[in-house]
Amino acid sequence: MFHIDSMKLLLGFIVLWPLAGFLINGLGRKYRSKKAIASYACSLIFASFVVSVFAFFKVNSNGGEVIHYFDFIRVGSLHIPFEFQVDQLTCIFLLIITGVGLLIHVYSAAYMKEESQEHYGRYFSFLNLFIFFMLILVLGANYVIMFIGWEGVGLCSYLLIGYWFKNNEYNKAANKAFIMNRIGDLAFLIALFWLVNKLGTVSFSEVFQAQNLQRLSSGDITIITLLLFVGAAGKSAQIPLYTWLPDAMAGPTPVSALIHAATMVTAGIYMVARSNALYSLSSLSMNVVAITGLATAILAATIALKQNDIKKVLAYSTVSQLGYMFLALGVGAYSAGVFHVMTHAFFKALLFLAAGSVIHAMGGEQDIRNMGGLSKKIRITFITFLVGCIAISGIPPFSGFFSKDAILLAAFEHNKILYAVALFGALLTAYYMFRLFFLTFSGSFRGKPEQEQHLHESPPRMTVPLIILAILSLVGGFVGIPAVLMNGGDRLSAFLSPVIPIQTGETVSHSTELALMGISTLAVIITIVIAWLNFRHYRMKEEKGFGKILENKWYVDELYEQVIVRPIAWMGNFFSSIFERSVVDGMVNGVGRAVQYGSRQLRLLQSGQVGSYVLLMVVSILVIFIIQFFLRK
Amino acid sequence: MEGLGEAEIMIVVLLILIPLLTGLAAFFFKDQRSVRFWALFSSVITLVVSLLSMTLLKDPQWISFHAAWMESLGSSFSIKLDGLGQMLCLLTAVSYPLIFLATWQTSYRNAKQFFALMLLAQAGLMGVFLSMDALLFYFFWELALIPMYFLCSQWGGEKRIAVTFKFFIYTFVGSILMLVAIIFVHSMTPDNSFSIESFYSAAIPHNQQDLLFWLFFLAFAIKMPIFPFHSWQPDTYEQSPPATTMVLSGVMVKMGVLGLIRWLLPVLPMASWAWGNVVTSMAIVGMLYASLIAIRQDNLRRLVAYSSIAHMGLMCAAIFSVDNLGLQGVMIQLFNHGINIIGLWIVVDWIEKTTGTRKISELGGLAQRAPALTILLVIVALANIGLPLTNAFPGEFLMFSGIMGSKATIFYAWFTAFAGLTIILAAVYMLNMIRKVFYGEGNSLSAGIRDIGWNEKFALGILVAIIFALGVYPQFLLNMTEEISGFLLGKTDVLHLIKK
Repeated sequence: MFHIDSMKLLLGFIVLWPLAGFLINGLGRKYRSKKAIASYACSLIFASFVVSVFAFFKVNSNGGEVIHYFDFIRVGSLHIPFEFQVDQLTCIFLLIITGVGLLIHVYSAAYMKEESQEHYGRYFSFLNLFIFFMLILVLGANYVIMFIGWEGVGLCSYLLIGYWFKNNEYNKAANKAFIMNRIGDLAFLIALFWLVNKLGTVSFSEVFQAQNLQRLSSGDITIITLLLFVGAAGKSAQIPLYTWLPDAMAGPTPVSALIHAATMVTAGIYMVARSNALYSLSSLSMNVVAITGLATAILAATIALKQNDIKKVLAYSTVSQLGYMFLALGVGAYSAGVFHVMTHAFFKALLFLAAGSVIHAMGGEQDIRNMGGLSKKIRITFITFLVGCIAISGIPPFSGFFSKDAILLAAFEHNKILYAVALFGALLTAYYMFRLFFLTFSGSFRGKPEQEQHLHESPPRMTVPLIILAILSLVGGFVGIPAVLMNGGDRLSAFLSPVIPIQTGETVSHSTELALMGISTLAVIITIVIAWLNFRHYRMKEEKGFGKILENKWYVDELYEQVIVRPIAWMGNFFSSIFERSVVDGMVNGVGRAVQYGSRQLRLLQSGQVGSYVLLMVVSILVIFIIQFFLRK
Repeated sequence: MEGLGEAEIMIVVLLILIPLLTGLAAFFFKDQRSVRFWALFSSVITLVVSLLSMTLLKDPQWISFHAAWMESLGSSFSIKLDGLGQMLCLLTAVSYPLIFLATWQTSYRNAKQFFALMLLAQAGLMGVFLSMDALLFYFFWELALIPMYFLCSQWGGEKRIAVTFKFFIYTFVGSILMLVAIIFVHSMTPDNSFSIESFYSAAIPHNQQDLLFWLFFLAFAIKMPIFPFHSWQPDTYEQSPPATTMVLSGVMVKMGVLGLIRWLLPVLPMASWAWGNVVTSMAIVGMLYASLIAIRQDNLRRLVAYSSIAHMGLMCAAIFSVDNLGLQGVMIQLFNHGINIIGLWIVVDWIEKTTGTRKISELGGLAQRAPALTILLVIVALANIGLPLTNAFPGEFLMFSGIMGSKATIFYAWFTAFAGLTIILAAVYMLNMIRKVFYGEGNSLSAGIRDIGWNEKFALGILVAIIFALGVYPQFLLNMTEEISGFLLGKTDVLHLIKK
């Protein structure tokens, strides 16, 4: 029975299950027990995951497909169908979104259990809605459907950052996230308008056709790709639009893991990788992508060095890792970028969830200066967190090693300076991650005594997802083992090759490649040792000089406040209180005085009698009109 | 011509006749309760007729009507339901029952006059949207406006007299200019007629088109309104009774847009083409100007008013792109903008009634007390900022595509980029409003309130259903606009005209 259009049904189910979960929990949140809410939400995502696995095997054997549902917009020659496209690239994202998403749903069921029933239902309905939009984003067969998911996930991010809506600071963070994303979205939209007018289509299968690409001038391609990249920079928190992501940590920790680490923020990477046929035609855009990515990676890493909030460190780390992914895209190593999306989804989700477990154990405390010595108290969290730290630092054979190595190698082939800076960033990563690790888990406990009493390991519904993610962080890199270590080991690039052609440029020799791996691994290990020496016995001290600048995030928020927010507010005030009153209204009043007729009318209106007179007039006009009408017949 | 009983009384006439006759009848009601039911009954019948005219009875014999009227002047009673008219008549027909329902609890002095005038205004609006004769168009234009003056001046807020005067002066000036322009064009028609066909075929020399263009444009720009002719609007919206504000902002401002599309662009194509850059610049400056003011507004009503100015500016810019995508975007947005802004007014009206203030700075924490209202408002607000899968997105997408693809200007990319900034600014003022009014901790004003009643919930629920339905399947509206857009653009094909 699934013969004719089984893919159409499969993909429909993948997105409809989470939507059903959103509706069931959203509408029924007052009437269902928390247990029922959590089991609906989790089982529907599980269903979606199972269907995604089916879709993966189908694509693996039959290749990609485009599935038509209905016409979304058909105006003149412009045709924007509601279509899904499922291919190798989409499949990887489907599995990450539903798989990691499922683990985070399960974890949330325990993490959010203190919430009241109604808010618990609201939380899970938003979480399901997020999965729905994220799936639309990666399934869309054209830019407009992608954009539906794109803004949809932004909306869910907004709703979940401001989940505790009584706290005004959280609400401000939610607004900031939405508005900064909108800046990127505007650029995305303008790119689409450009495409609509130059090509008359936004469908991937048509835009990326060779003869259509030839119809675009190189200027068009550069403009479109740069605009799309601004969109990606908004969603994926790159310079200059990154400052919303650290503030987004106001949301519940599982939300940070799902939306602000594993899935939504990688949408920009997905979009650029999807558009690789366009990007490869503009070396200017490629350079902009690479340099922005690398600059973001370094900037965010330096800030992470001095942050004391456990979630903020991870947030800046996410910004930094996203920068690495863009570096990969910018040097043409699209599949390396996607590879890093995958491994990052594992280890960053793990780190956030483990951080959540720490916060849970500490009774809501997030400042790592008040932690220390937790390794003995929360054993599973400690070990899984350590796995995450090793993975992100890039020590073989953990997953982060393989994906980061692929990026560093691609950077080396492209430009030696890029490589050197990227390697420096990798060392910063290891340093701030292990600073975080040692401050949290080693040394002696620095918090309040009652917190120490309270310390306890999280329940299995939280630790099991941690263990699964830890295993994935350990083995997840084996799908992309470089050829120099194992012939045919890079299964991921081979799998993606129908969507992302494998680069056949100049490559470095095997010995150089091995040497680079050795250097980076050794340097990372040395860095970790330095971090151990510095932070195993932490003592609080005031930051001064450069450290203070880093602690204050290079004062970028303050700069934006002065350069953008204030002038806009000033203009609004000027227009509404001065210009509108004196210039615009003044003009009218002048006209008003000039019209002598006016004063009479005013008197009439004020007399109060005018109502019945003019009413009579209107009625008379109508009567005359109707008489006219019948007489003329 | 045969009597009224024959089948030749066209359904399209009913769209005007029902509100006209029920409106007149409303003067003779005794108590508020019965006249309120009467008005709701009338508006529901009109809605049914309107839906019939778009589905079962959409053959030409039903939807056009022509009768003699003031033949000596060259004018006739000629009405027709084309795609543009369909859109606006549907909007009028959908809005009225929802407005009556949402303001069900509001009590009025002289209720019978209030509802009678509301219905008469509806008849006028329908007439404006259907008229295919310039004089008839003018007649209905006035018929729609006059009840509005009374509604504002009799049932408005404290400053109603001064504000109505301002509103009156503005629209009066606009009407006079339009009348002059209509007579001017009439004198140049080949057959001395006011019919729309004659207007379309009038050969107007290029140098005279310019003057006529500005006469017409001012009339319509005041109505929409377009910067800098907008200052009547925030005041009027603030002072009018809520039901009237909903009609004014949801439906009546569309008279100006319809005027531009049906009576300006195809009648004066050369001038429209020549002045396109100027007019578009004004519209876009106005969009940014109004959005910036909206960000700093502390008054809920004025916030919505300025937000509406920004949205109308986009429509104006898209019209003068003279592009098929832009024009169809405008046409579907006529409907969608009305739906969304009425939703916002329902919420604002409820807040005012319940808390006694319209100041954002005095409000806070309503979400805890009124969760249903908050959910509905957030959806309407998201539609207002054009989020995908809400009704406003397809229209805005097409309008921007039209501006970008405009062949009437060389500044298309700049226009798109500057107009696009309002996409960001809209998110700023809408989300800040939500944050300040609904989120955060409650205060004394929000302490004792209850969630919205059944009538507001029902009205907002229907609006939200429309928002999602048209957001997912905008093609329903686009099917109506395809033909008329092509027809009008054919009349506006300047390159072709130059060759001729």
